[in-house]
Amino acid sequence: MNSYSRDCFENCWHSAERPCPHFVSCVNNGQQCECGDAVTARLEQYKRHLLMVEHDLPVILVGMGTCGLANGARRIHDAIIAELNTRGIAASVIPVGCVGYCAREVIVDIKLPGKPRISYCEVKEKDVVALIESTIMAGEVLTDKLLGLYERPQDSPWAALPLVNENPFFAKQQKINLENCGVIDPESIDQYLARGGYTALSTVINGKSGQDVINDMLTAGVRGRGGGGFPTGRKWQFARDQQSDKKYLICNADEGDPGAFMDRALLEGDPHRVVEGMIIAAYAIGASYGYIYCRAEYPLAIARLEKTLADAREYGLLGNNILGSGFNFDMRIKKGAGAFVCGEETALIHSIEGRRGMPRPRPPYPAVSGLFGKPTVINNVETFANVTTVFKNGAEWYGSIGTQTSKGTKIFALSGKVTNVGLVEVPMGTTLREIVFDIGGGIPDGKQFKAVQIGGPSGGALPVQVIDTPIDYESLKAVGAMMGSGGLVVMDETTCMVDLAKYFMTFIQSESCGKCIPCREGTKRLLEILERLSKSHRNETTQEESLLRFQGMVYLERLASVIKDTSLCGLGQTAANPVLSTLQYFKEEYEAHLYDRCCPAGACRELLTFHIDTEKCNGCGLCAKKCPEAAIIGEKKKAHYILEDKCIRCDQCRVNCNFDAIYVN
Amino acid sequence: MNITINGNTCWAKPGETILDAARREGIKIPTLCHLSEFSPTGSCRICTVEVESNGSLVPACAFPVTEGMAIRTNSPRVRRARKTIIELLVANHPQDCLFCVRSGNCELQSLTQEYGVRTQRWTGERKRARIDIASPAIERDPEKCILCGRCVRICHEQQHVGAIDFVHRGFKSTVAPALERSLNTVPCVDCGQCVVNCPVGALTEKSHQKVVWEAINHEEKYVVAQVAPAVRVALGEEFGAEPGTVVTGKTVAALRRLGFKRVFDTNFSADLTIIEEATELLSRLNNGGPTPMLTSCSPGWVKFIEHYYPDLLGNLSTCKSPHEMQGALLKSYYAQKIGVDPSRIFVVSIMPCTAKKYEAQRPELGNEYPDVDAVLTTRELARMIHSAGIDFHRLPNEGFDDPMGESTGAGAIFGAAGGVMEAALRTAHFYLTGEDMKSLTFAPIRGLEGVKQADVKVGNVTLKVAAISGLANIKPILDDMRAGTSPFHFIEVMACPHGCINGGGQPQPASPEKIIKRTESIYQIDRESPRRNSHRNESIQKLYAEFLGEPNGHKAHELLHTHYVERDEF
Repeated sequence: MNSYSRDCFENCWHSAERPCPHFVSCVNNGQQCECGDAVTARLEQYKRHLLMVEHDLPVILVGMGTCGLANGARRIHDAIIAELNTRGIAASVIPVGCVGYCAREVIVDIKLPGKPRISYCEVKEKDVVALIESTIMAGEVLTDKLLGLYERPQDSPWAALPLVNENPFFAKQQKINLENCGVIDPESIDQYLARGGYTALSTVINGKSGQDVINDMLTAGVRGRGGGGFPTGRKWQFARDQQSDKKYLICNADEGDPGAFMDRALLEGDPHRVVEGMIIAAYAIGASYGYIYCRAEYPLAIARLEKTLADAREYGLLGNNILGSGFNFDMRIKKGAGAFVCGEETALIHSIEGRRGMPRPRPPYPAVSGLFGKPTVINNVETFANVTTVFKNGAEWYGSIGTQTSKGTKIFALSGKVTNVGLVEVPMGTTLREIVFDIGGGIPDGKQFKAVQIGGPSGGALPVQVIDTPIDYESLKAVGAMMGSGGLVVMDETTCMVDLAKYFMTFIQSESCGKCIPCREGTKRLLEILERLSKSHRNETTQEESLLRFQGMVYLERLASVIKDTSLCGLGQTAANPVLSTLQYFKEEYEAHLYDRCCPAGACRELLTFHIDTEKCNGCGLCAKKCPEAAIIGEKKKAHYILEDKCIRCDQCRVNCNFDAIYVN
Repeated sequence: MNITINGNTCWAKPGETILDAARREGIKIPTLCHLSEFSPTGSCRICTVEVESNGSLVPACAFPVTEGMAIRTNSPRVRRARKTIIELLVANHPQDCLFCVRSGNCELQSLTQEYGVRTQRWTGERKRARIDIASPAIERDPEKCILCGRCVRICHEQQHVGAIDFVHRGFKSTVAPALERSLNTVPCVDCGQCVVNCPVGALTEKSHQKVVWEAINHEEKYVVAQVAPAVRVALGEEFGAEPGTVVTGKTVAALRRLGFKRVFDTNFSADLTIIEEATELLSRLNNGGPTPMLTSCSPGWVKFIEHYYPDLLGNLSTCKSPHEMQGALLKSYYAQKIGVDPSRIFVVSIMPCTAKKYEAQRPELGNEYPDVDAVLTTRELARMIHSAGIDFHRLPNEGFDDPMGESTGAGAIFGAAGGVMEAALRTAHFYLTGEDMKSLTFAPIRGLEGVKQADVKVGNVTLKVAAISGLANIKPILDDMRAGTSPFHFIEVMACPHGCINGGGQPQPASPEKIIKRTESIYQIDRESPRRNSHRNESIQKLYAEFLGEPNGHKAHELLHTHYVERDEF
């Protein structure tokens, strides 16, 4: 047997046209129908093969999510196959998704028959030969590339080796939604099924009403993972209560926050989990058609989703009469063209309808009047993954994880100035400190932690004073940030907070859809106020310009509050947050820019002044030679001097000085 | 249900917006993007009000009332938000009111006054763009545009043309034709509904004032004017009169004082159009079509069908629009009569319309000389009267010049949607039965709906007729015609909703109240006319006897009929 579709279907009557309600339980709990013991045995054997409990050949799993591919996973994958062919070794090589430890890509796992799965990290193309020679041919672990073992064998020379889960990056994580990412072949529906996939759907469709599903969602306490944190069950209830000939379900996979890649990892690593959650949601609200609105910048996710949908249809899990229940639901992928605002639900709906992606006022909410004027539920990728988890493991179990008001886990994309860049899943209530320092491994190069930006451009930058804030919707709001979709960007002492605010304002004002005045015009003016702050007085030609810097700061709060109060959509309403939160926690840095024209972090180039340390300078004259503006003067063999008015802050002198005599203020 | 606005309890309809409830109570809430007959877009945020129960600011134009809702429309927070929004608009505006044609009648300018904007609070980059002057009818100045989106919605939803839309994002957003090309290179129909709904000076008509002044002051030129039916019920508004005030006599007097040698009435040629069109209709009915016959008085509509339904051009009446007929006759019949060389005659049409400007330069409308030399909108005429220092209200009422000054009530109602149909039916009835209709009012094709249809018994024939205004409304009917399932015999189409009284050249801004009052006045002119059937116009009878011969005859065809061209949709 090498596929549920080819072998199992031949022996029983289950097919896409006539699906059997017991198909999923057959696969998972042994045969439920009267196809005979032979089939039962074959099912069991195939499952053990899929789970790599019993297999004849070595299995090599290469982490080929986008992060892996960016680190050369494709070349390594091909090199492994070439090497195996040259040596005439029979083994299966399987591309998998991202296990989350992006900092240490490329990750290659090897599972030898009868041995625990070994995970190697930072594998380079040149390591392929050694891997194959040591592990596959000699059956030994290559310890200098070892990340860890998946389980510890008793009485074996391997017993002293570390486990993957003991690695500090993984130790504090609770992977309930990411359990399959990087572990299974995302393109194999059989592997997903063997690990309990579609049992959630089977349970729901064979025993629960749509209302039961919503009640369970409310019991579990799932809140939307897209940013707002609205209780998912309540949103579904609104849509379920609508009378309509057609209802739609949309999966928002237009992940556009800078530094966020949770949804991409889920779609690339475990797409069936998202699709399964969508089918359950559609069943609950009575939707007959769905869309996955995925940004076109995620080609791998889209390709995998296409296969996922085709496989699910072939197995009778999607389409007409799902699992013989009489429930019909199908979906397609709609590619987004790259507008950030299309992540906003009403703009997203416009985009699917073929119109310009611009938000519209709510109410009416999409649950009442959405896509093509029909009741529509929109949830994001991670929310749907959580739906599957709830019904796979039970609503009470799910509700036991997390805090009083925020249940379950949250996936974060950890990036920036942090040692362990990657994807982490932690229970709600975990503190920022645990994520940044325990899981993230702290700040590299001995630098000081300064802030962590949470919630993308709509969120806020949180300083060390509030780093012990537990992560849940309410606590984050209380400290001036928001959960957002899950981007966590860590910043060290070299990051200037005015510069950071400027970066986010540049992003927001260029991604504003241009519809409402406060967002379109207001964010531009906010950005200009910030730009003036980091401007050198040399670049100001009139006194009015100097006054404008102060005027801008005087009116900043007024502008920010009006943008917040009056913008049309969520993006506009939160557009001022990066400015407000940095102003709240890093006021002295703004003041240094405003009053002293100085950037303490040394990031705003125009405000820097270059000096020569007369003690260190031996007058070699190299700096003066390199200076493109002839701003450095001095006699030979005597300490030189930089003319500030002429200096253009190009940094050439400092970079070229052999005596470290040039310093920056 | 009950709601509270600024502390006063009042009654509200479930589901209506805060704006509608407040307006009924006489509370003014400013708006910029709001269009009363369209679904709200909530883009300008100027109508923001405070809902006390949840402490949030919401757009009054889009937010529905709920039971017990307590609203504040002028709290400090609301005023500060509105003022800031206005300041933000001003900061990205050329601020060249001194040179702007809308100065004094600009919604942004009024708001800056109402909210006391006295300083330039926000400074920085300002949007730069070139003025698009290439269209023969409409000029666009994107720098003045405040992106309220009224024009876009009107063009898409009301006119189903979609010649302009939002392009780019964020601060770079602008409203432009496809690929940011000029308006004359895209299938814009020049109806000017965008212009009449623009709150600022971003969209204006292509001005003909200068060429008209030059012609008037030219020694050789014999400059004559003709006035469209819908101008006389709207021009007064530009001088502070109540909407709908009939100012026919003062308009004629003003034109004479501006220096026009003769002032004629386009209602005359409207009557003439009816004779030609009713004859054409009967001939089509007798000779097997093609029917339904579509009227051709509205140049925006003609351009629409040329772009989007060129396969149905055979159904379009070959009659020129009334002012073109008049122009053709002025340069032939009238020129002969007064012994002036036609090359010296300069015909200026005073029209409620921007598309007439485009129509006047169509090569097929005219022979050696164009039928019409210049077209002034109602607004432009008002500007000329202002700049000539004429006190409009103190003018005497003067009559039109002969022989093209006589008209009937049938010609007058051309100005309202359904009027052409009604006038044509009156004459068709006479042609078929030999007697005038007893009741001259067709209730089913009067009124403000965009689609009006009726079965009319004329003698022993029952005609299925329809009067359509607003181009989006004609689309389903044209689709039916393409499919061969249209039941109609005769359809009147006006590009602008409610007809010429709401044309693209009328006083700005358009409003439903003005439309109702202007329409009433048009029908009042008809009611009070001594003659109400086009075929009773004695000057026209004389014209046929002296010059044209018979309706739809050879000479009539040469001067009064035209042909059409297929145009691309893109």
